[in-house]
Amino acid sequence: MSGAREAGPVILAVGGISLAFGGVKALSEVGFDVREHEVRAIIGPNGAGKSSMLNVINGVYRPQQGRITYLGETREEMEPHFAASHGIARTFQSLALFKGMSVLDNLLAGRNLLMRTNLLLQALRIGPALREEVAHRRRVEEIIDFLEIQHVRKTPVGRLPYGLQKRVDLGRALAAEPRVLLLDEPMAGMNVEEKQDMCRFILDVNDEFGTTIVLIEHDMGVVMDISDRVVVLDYGRKIGDGTPDEVRSNQAVIDAYLGVQH
Amino acid sequence: MSAGKFFQQRGMTWVLLGLLALGAVAPLVVGGARLPQWLEVVLGGLMSGVLYSLVAIGLVLIFKASGVFNFAQGAMVLFAALSLVRLMAWMPLPVALAVTVAMMVALAWLIERLVLRPLVNQEPIVLFMATLGVTYFLDGFGQTLWGSDIYTLDVGMPKEPKILLENVFEGGILVGMEDVIAALIAAILVGALALFFQKTGTGRALRAVADDHQAAQSIGIPLGRIWVIVWSVAGIVALVAGIIWGSKLGVQFSLQLIALKALPVVILGGFTSIPGAIVGGLIIGLGEKISEVYLGPMLGGGIENWFAYVLALVFLLVRPEGLFGERHIDRV
Amino acid sequence: MFYRETGQYKTTYEADQQLFPILQDRLFVIAVLAFAFAVVPLVASEYLLRAILVPFLILSLAAIGLNILVGYCGQVSLGTGGFMAVGAYAAYNLAVRIPDLNLLVVFVLAGLAATLVGILFGLPSLRIKGFYLAVATLAAQFFLDWAFARIKWFTHDSSSGSVSAPPLAIFGWLVDSPAEKYLLVLGFVCVFALAARNLVRGAIGRSWMAMRDMDVAAEVIGIRPLYAKVTAFAVSSFFVGLAGALWAFVYLGAWEPLAFDVNRSFQLLFMVIIGGLGSILGSFLGAAFIVILPLALNQLPGWLGIPMSTALISHIEFMVFGSLIVFFLVVEPHGLARLWAVGKEKLRLWPFPH
Repeated sequence: MSGAREAGPVILAVGGISLAFGGVKALSEVGFDVREHEVRAIIGPNGAGKSSMLNVINGVYRPQQGRITYLGETREEMEPHFAASHGIARTFQSLALFKGMSVLDNLLAGRNLLMRTNLLLQALRIGPALREEVAHRRRVEEIIDFLEIQHVRKTPVGRLPYGLQKRVDLGRALAAEPRVLLLDEPMAGMNVEEKQDMCRFILDVNDEFGTTIVLIEHDMGVVMDISDRVVVLDYGRKIGDGTPDEVRSNQAVIDAYLGVQH
Repeated sequence: MSAGKFFQQRGMTWVLLGLLALGAVAPLVVGGARLPQWLEVVLGGLMSGVLYSLVAIGLVLIFKASGVFNFAQGAMVLFAALSLVRLMAWMPLPVALAVTVAMMVALAWLIERLVLRPLVNQEPIVLFMATLGVTYFLDGFGQTLWGSDIYTLDVGMPKEPKILLENVFEGGILVGMEDVIAALIAAILVGALALFFQKTGTGRALRAVADDHQAAQSIGIPLGRIWVIVWSVAGIVALVAGIIWGSKLGVQFSLQLIALKALPVVILGGFTSIPGAIVGGLIIGLGEKISEVYLGPMLGGGIENWFAYVLALVFLLVRPEGLFGERHIDRV
Repeated sequence: MFYRETGQYKTTYEADQQLFPILQDRLFVIAVLAFAFAVVPLVASEYLLRAILVPFLILSLAAIGLNILVGYCGQVSLGTGGFMAVGAYAAYNLAVRIPDLNLLVVFVLAGLAATLVGILFGLPSLRIKGFYLAVATLAAQFFLDWAFARIKWFTHDSSSGSVSAPPLAIFGWLVDSPAEKYLLVLGFVCVFALAARNLVRGAIGRSWMAMRDMDVAAEVIGIRPLYAKVTAFAVSSFFVGLAGALWAFVYLGAWEPLAFDVNRSFQLLFMVIIGGLGSILGSFLGAAFIVILPLALNQLPGWLGIPMSTALISHIEFMVFGSLIVFFLVVEPHGLARLWAVGKEKLRLWPFPH
């Protein structure tokens, strides 16, 4: 458990979300809420609809039914730009970095939303445009320090090893200074040490910036350690919701993981 | 599916097709066109549509099996026709045909070795640009080897037009016999391809490759050989198209530009569908001819240079995957 | 040996973010510019200026424009020739219909006209990608070809369809000698190459590259696809249109629609691929290569002592271009610009490469 923080009021809630691709149902009638400053985990077997859920929250997928309440405003579907500009950032399960760009540019791109100068000033690169570039560079360097990737800041991301790419992915999301951070399997494919580092980064983000975290993870040890509350999905339905201890003793969850005939 | 969603997915397509049909009959209704003349235009349009379809089928075959949008299909048509017409000066027709087919197979093999294999797993757009390079190479190579004059190709297709329906209309309507034969050949070719795909082992392997490269490879289908076969088949289809176009218009560089019209055809019909290539070809051929004859004079003529492309562009906006294409979902 | 950045420590982000952070690079660029502005016009032969340098510079400008679209934003266009034509005919109509308009204004407005047309044909890029878009831009090319050939208004009712530019006078300076034309074009190219470089390393450039590399992720971090793609089309078309106006007024003088046909589009795309996708320097290298190669090939029969017809040489040119495109895509997708960077890296470590 991450100790120091107090979970605040509900910042994000989804209700009755159903999503289908053609005839395939990815999510049916899923609902849960996320409190400010907490670490909220979504777990479930492969194909349970976890990533789809994140995609619904930040507007990549449009659900056929349901509502999303964010910052007190309820809507039927999220719009990616609205989500991004109102403080929802995310990382991706299979890396979705900008491979041809340097680490620095990837992180700066994460802050593009916060940049305001117009095209003409950018072309001339004078006055506000130059000041803005430098100011944002300063903020991005802080994140680079935080994630300990100083030595690769000018390397194109495509040439970095997997573990570092995962960190850059997190860095790009952090660069936007999000209120809610959606992490899609941030530790997939990592060894124990890398996982420990990543856990530390996640908890630090949560502690230092008070960022709310919604996390998909397969490693049960990690989930139980760092999350405050857990949602369990199976075949696109919610089968459990509560503190790690409650979820651990939930019969439906145990069945889903140990495999019981449906 | 709700009515609104249905309209979104298919409705606009039908509206567009309906508008096209209206446009096609409009000259009769409001333009004061005479029915026999209009019928001739329609038939002429459908015939050139068949020829566009022939080139488009080659494109679809290659796209299905190797995921490559082969810009060089037009260049292959020209190269095949040039090779045949020049070889015929040296040897009898059957031998020349055999040699040309052999050349197209060799070309397929070279493309697989030098272009496809090194670029495997690259993005589609990179492969597309590579086929632009192949186009330029083939144009230069063909004309270096065979010269760049206009050659008449005579493979014994009847030239004289026939007059049909004389008892229905005064004067009847004029139909080019070579157009009819071209349409027949196209039909036979499509039938043969369908048989090849459905009934032979190679055809099954081809379909597997088209579905999923890696999965096909993992069950032991030799990707390289399949690509050579598909590109060879596409080369032979190009030869057939080249023979028909060539005997109609003479073998010359401008064949290439005509063959380029297969691009809007596949966009209209969908990249993965042979029926789409045929229907798309017919729509483009018909639309182009009718607009040129009845609309062209109002606009200063020459609109068949762009009509096909603009029509395809409009279709793209309404239905990006084409009439018969498969819709796909971006997954993250 | 010649090339070390050791000891050049940056203490501010401004210093680290300047155009050429390494001192030797800065000195080299200054020397090249000084040479290009002060020495070349004095010593270069008229042929070199007129037939090589002026077309090289103008095509570089167009290639930069296309590279913004293809190399930075990942949207392939086969309609570049058509957009050059828009610039050329817009400049012609402005100059002929408003004779008092300053020529610099004419050129800039011509670029803006191309921008508008570019945005119009760029809008489909929101729904269609990759080679679908390539075919859509082909539609623009053929349509524009036709419009300038058939719609009499564009050519001011010229009976032959060919038009000629008015004399080039800017603030009373009559630009008519090859050296003056060269300086005019060089000035344009320097200003706009710098602007392009600034754009691609700024916020907008990052959003273009983000769209190119991973469009879904770009949308998720708040980049609007509409804005990113449309600005790429707009900026790209501005450069291409401006280059078209310069090509028509400064290089050709008199022209017909054929000067901007689909082959021009392919030529520019080849420049960008050979020079290096996503590199401003590469646009120059690619343009230089494609301008010089045909001239070199023309010398070939002389060198080999074999007589060749001009038709044959042009066919060989096709083959060479085609092979080079495939070669570069396979072996070095980042083109000549990457080879240059590798060479610099080697030079930096020389003579102790370990």
